[in-house]
Amino acid sequence: MKWGVVTFPGSNDDRDTAHVLRSVLGHETVALWHKSADLQGVDCVVLPGGFSYGDYLRCGAIARFSPIMGAVARHAAGGGLVLGICNGFQVLCEAGLLPGALVRNRDLRFVCRDVTLRVESISNPFTNLAFAGDVWRIPVKHGEGCYVADPATLDEMEREARILVRYCRPDGSRARDESADRSDYNPNGSARDVAGVMNAGRNVFGLMPHPEHAADPAILGAEGGRRRADGMRIFQSIAHWVDQRREQASAGSMR
Amino acid sequence: MPKRGVLDPQGKAICSSLHAMGYDEVDDVRMGKFLELRFVDGAAGEERVARVKSMCERLLANGVIEDFRFELVDDGSPGDGPRGPAR
Repeated sequence: MKWGVVTFPGSNDDRDTAHVLRSVLGHETVALWHKSADLQGVDCVVLPGGFSYGDYLRCGAIARFSPIMGAVARHAAGGGLVLGICNGFQVLCEAGLLPGALVRNRDLRFVCRDVTLRVESISNPFTNLAFAGDVWRIPVKHGEGCYVADPATLDEMEREARILVRYCRPDGSRARDESADRSDYNPNGSARDVAGVMNAGRNVFGLMPHPEHAADPAILGAEGGRRRADGMRIFQSIAHWVDQRREQASAGSMR
Repeated sequence: MPKRGVLDPQGKAICSSLHAMGYDEVDDVRMGKFLELRFVDGAAGEERVARVKSMCERLLANGVIEDFRFELVDDGSPGDGPRGPAR
């Protein structure tokens, strides 16, 4: 399994992500510079968090025209895996590789804290090692994380189990009280509490929370008790899916 | 401009401030962006219109969340040309 982590000017979680993939997960990981159009044969491309191009015009709007994004689009069109985290999610939406868009948080504040997420669907490359209904605790840190899509698109994604994680209460129940207009458990006002979505081809996933910040056991011991490395489930699921596909392919070729 | 139906928390905050100042006649505020583009020449034909529309669709606006409109105006200033001094 070979990973690539893209660096745009203004990316700032590229090294954290590469550290987790290389040193915690123990996988080969290469740095991909935005000006290169060569993905170096990686199995999965990660677009990391940060503020690519200073968030000028709209978050992710300029980054999508980087040479590397043409290669990412071709990689995705060929069935290759793409994971977008936070700014990476914004870039994927701007590039049209994921539906919808991310706009200013409902409360106009930059939110930096842990959130709880419910795993909604597991039959995919990104959450297959979780159980549906699992509750993860993973940090968010963003000012423009309010997910917006038209109702028809949201309905379609629900039908096709492409909303993989939703903001929820710590017990896994709905973030939003039917009677209330707003909820502290949905940190940004996202439509239908969406925290992360997958494309129709089921090989591109973007989410606002940062799995790479809930992955290294060395930094999860704080707050009076060890926390689970919930973010690792996403990276491990991707690796598991790639391994399985490889085994199937080699079994197929031996037949 | 943010599309109708898309949450516009900045517009809402501005609207509340106007109400706090006593401008109760304001019913709603939507906040968008204003971009000024300067061209190398004064051409204003169909091709220019088509190209500006394409700029809006491909980069300047995001059709998922924003509507756009544009107008071509002659501000009377002489064209500086492609390598003219920045204003």
